[in-house]
Amino acid sequence: MTAISEMSAPYVRKEKSVARTMTFVMVALMPATLYGLYLYGWPAIILFTTTIVSAVLFEVLSLLVARKPVARFTSDGSAILTAWLLAISLPPWAPWWIAVLGSAVAIVIGKHVFGGLGQNVFNPAMVGRVVLLISFPLEMTSFVDPAPLLSASAPTFLQSMDIVFGTATIDAYTGATVLDLLKTTVSQGGTVQEGLAGQYALGSWLAGSHAGSMAEGADILLFIGGVMLIFTRVIQWFIPISTLLSIAAISTVFNIVDPNIYPDAMVHLFTGSAMLGAFYIATDPVTSPTSPKGQIFFGITLGILIYVLRTWAQYPESMSFAILLMNAVAPLIDRYLRPRIFGRTLRGDPLDGPR
Amino acid sequence: MVEAVLSLTVLGVILGVVLGLASRFFKVEGNPLIDEVEALLPGIQCAQCGYPGCRPYSEAIVNESEAVTLCPPGGISTAALLAKKMGVELNLSTMEEKEKTIAFVDESLCIGCTRCFQVCPTDSLLGAPQQVHTVIPEVCTSCEACIDLCPTGALRMVPIETTVRTWHWHKPESPGHQARTR
Amino acid sequence: MNVFGIRGGAKVSGRKESTAETPIEKMPMPRMLHVPLQQHIGVPAVPIVSVGSRVRKGQLIAASKGAVSAPVHAPTSGFVTRIGDYLAPHPSGLPVLTLSLEPDGRDEWAELPDTLQLETATPKEIADRVSQAGVVGMGGAAFPSAVKLSMGNQYELDSLILNGAECEPYLTCDDRLMRERAEETVVGTKFMMKALGVSKAFIAIEDNKAASFKSMQSACGEGSDIEVVYVPARYPMGSSKHLVQAITGRETPANGRTADLGVIVNNVATAFAVYEACCLGRPLISRIVTLSGEAVSRPANYETLIGTLAAELMKQSGGLTEEPQQLLMGGPMMGQPLQNLDVPIVKGTSGILALRRMEIPEQNVMPCIGCGSCVTVCPAGLMPMAMMNKIDHDDVDGADDIGLRDCISCGSCNYVCPSHIPLVQFFNYGKGKLKEQDKDKIRHDKIKVLTEARERRLEKQGVH
Repeated sequence: MTAISEMSAPYVRKEKSVARTMTFVMVALMPATLYGLYLYGWPAIILFTTTIVSAVLFEVLSLLVARKPVARFTSDGSAILTAWLLAISLPPWAPWWIAVLGSAVAIVIGKHVFGGLGQNVFNPAMVGRVVLLISFPLEMTSFVDPAPLLSASAPTFLQSMDIVFGTATIDAYTGATVLDLLKTTVSQGGTVQEGLAGQYALGSWLAGSHAGSMAEGADILLFIGGVMLIFTRVIQWFIPISTLLSIAAISTVFNIVDPNIYPDAMVHLFTGSAMLGAFYIATDPVTSPTSPKGQIFFGITLGILIYVLRTWAQYPESMSFAILLMNAVAPLIDRYLRPRIFGRTLRGDPLDGPR
Repeated sequence: MVEAVLSLTVLGVILGVVLGLASRFFKVEGNPLIDEVEALLPGIQCAQCGYPGCRPYSEAIVNESEAVTLCPPGGISTAALLAKKMGVELNLSTMEEKEKTIAFVDESLCIGCTRCFQVCPTDSLLGAPQQVHTVIPEVCTSCEACIDLCPTGALRMVPIETTVRTWHWHKPESPGHQARTR
Repeated sequence: MNVFGIRGGAKVSGRKESTAETPIEKMPMPRMLHVPLQQHIGVPAVPIVSVGSRVRKGQLIAASKGAVSAPVHAPTSGFVTRIGDYLAPHPSGLPVLTLSLEPDGRDEWAELPDTLQLETATPKEIADRVSQAGVVGMGGAAFPSAVKLSMGNQYELDSLILNGAECEPYLTCDDRLMRERAEETVVGTKFMMKALGVSKAFIAIEDNKAASFKSMQSACGEGSDIEVVYVPARYPMGSSKHLVQAITGRETPANGRTADLGVIVNNVATAFAVYEACCLGRPLISRIVTLSGEAVSRPANYETLIGTLAAELMKQSGGLTEEPQQLLMGGPMMGQPLQNLDVPIVKGTSGILALRRMEIPEQNVMPCIGCGSCVTVCPAGLMPMAMMNKIDHDDVDGADDIGLRDCISCGSCNYVCPSHIPLVQFFNYGKGKLKEQDKDKIRHDKIKVLTEARERRLEKQGVH
């Protein structure tokens, strides 16, 4: 007859898997990424590909060293997703070794040294990005104005290969990000409005006509992708919504206090990597709390941190630092913000009598 | 310079006096930890751990960091409690989940010699001269003190049977380790 | 009526189409019946007939022992061929004391007690009759019903809820019962209400069973004190504490019973069995069983005598179409795996399933990614991945600290886990270990007491 049962019930499962989750996130990122690749042309495409390929290579290497089944773990898509997130937060025309180094740090140190899938404390993509940011500040802050593929100002494929792999400089194309410009203007005594002049048109940044990392260009596409992820239950709404609301709330408060120095909520939500962080990075299941209460707390605190670091710390964009700080606290949040058990009070004692 | 030397000296003297007084007035007689550890052990004094009794073993655990996994009648549950009490990592590699056995008297072979039940620490092995002896299974501690005393081999250790009432599911493979192949 | 929801829970696919529309069929008399003497929670029943004796249908063959126990009756007339160990319908494959009966084909009833009249019967008479008839919870828990019906003496009760939720996939036995035997079930409900001393009853039916709803509603009639209500088709709606929450909005305190809130829950099939016991004087000797799964040629619902082997049901259904991936007793979420079909149907068997590989795809187990789906879905408000992690590291006490004993093993967490981790098995293992530890602790305390007593005795005797 049938084999002796090794496993107990339940025997039916929902059609869910780790690979499916990763795939859905990548699908949600697709529109924004394609748009970014279009905006920045061949160098961006080459850089993106380099990041992903090197990430997969490092993943395979690490799995071999750790003697884990290579095929099963590489096919879960987590390495590709990490590389994807890392790639779109890099300056689009960065040199190739930035991509390779970033991938190496993210995959090997950020993920496998901790024990592989599910065991890392910090978001691997953010670990990669932060290491690069601190070690190579020049390369990591050399942003370019968009030079859409096929347009007159765009470099050709060969020129792009030269930019990424060779020694060509990108001075002719450099620009500053919105947050960068804002920070410099305000710190020099100017007002927010002056800092945003020429840049401030909601339409224009939604359409990505300012310099930034690949992700900054298409925040509205990221937002739509994120909402789709929530509706297909790939991620839960707690973290993204609480992060965004928290940023919106705190920036509105400060904006009311002094609109000349503090930009309003729309600026904060749609520049930098706020959207990317809220929907795709903070929601990384491994490094965020698991209970709904915990996730809401995580989101609110993350939002506050992002705002505080952006406004008063050295770097104009601080999403990656904020994420890492919150990742460190996530296990603690999980320990103290547990759901209430059925039939018990919050403290864990049985309820007494009819409720 | 002088003030610094002076002030630190005075501070040192004061603190020294405070510590001395504390060690005198707040002194704890003996080590209460040994008593607590002993309370966790089964108390059968079977000496299977290698020490002549439960108290010496407790003393060894507290004073000499002896392993907490040496008590077979206590089993894994006792080892876990001891590990928690002493705040050490529980290393179960030396403890096998030994098949639980209890003593059993084959009544057809028992001659009623009374040699065995006198050593039973819990009186779960009972008998009287010329009467067949028997074991009350619920409180036999499996210390095996009685087995070698039986002249006819009527007394032996038998495995405790699992019934439908005592069976439970085995532990599944760890999701993290399942990944490890080769 | 407005129902409250339950927290968490998973939407599982019903898979009931193959048996929901086919009427109940009566099983032909099997060649042999093997009646286990423990089909209920509590002390096993004690046999009172001997091998070789002839018994008649409905005759008492094993008496209940103690307060929490239930008697067992002969499902048909015939000869007792054996009383001994037989394969139990249990995942362990261990045996249980079973009485084997060879039917003589005459199906002759023994003398049955008189009909009880609803208007004149006292609560005690009803409870006694239910006890004598060996009625136990037919939803699967098999708790002796007479004990539950007597709870009116200890608790202040105000309502009875009849559990017609049937939230497990594949099973439709309760659904068909409500459609085909609604009147009798309602009569049984009224007897239960009288026994409990309550004036209000609810019949809870999941909102995917419209036909049952209509059927029960018309059986209750207008202006009745039995109200038929819809509850959301969300697993595990059939769990009694959650059903009570869905209908009354109140949470049963941990370590407590629904009776603490004044509510008693019983399965609809139990109500039918109470009807048979009170109105027809018949003991519980048969039940409806769903035989389903894609590996079965012709899935159906069968009126089956207790003690019939599952293999007979399968034969009646045209046999297996292929080697099944899994044989199950009960539903796929909480059922017990079977090693073969030579197990008897008992009072709590709601279904026998033969599932093909396609229905339960094999999936690789991956490490936990901390997605939190299990936490969101847990109806008991626990954190399954946290408990699993602790049990995995042999810290069962740690898992106990975060609520392992409150887990109802419903399997919702297992259902939604993207890493396909066998969470429920971890918890069942953990709970088993806790039970062992509790028993061990009691044993150790006893041993300490005895050791000290012996020391004192020896001192007194001047020995040592």
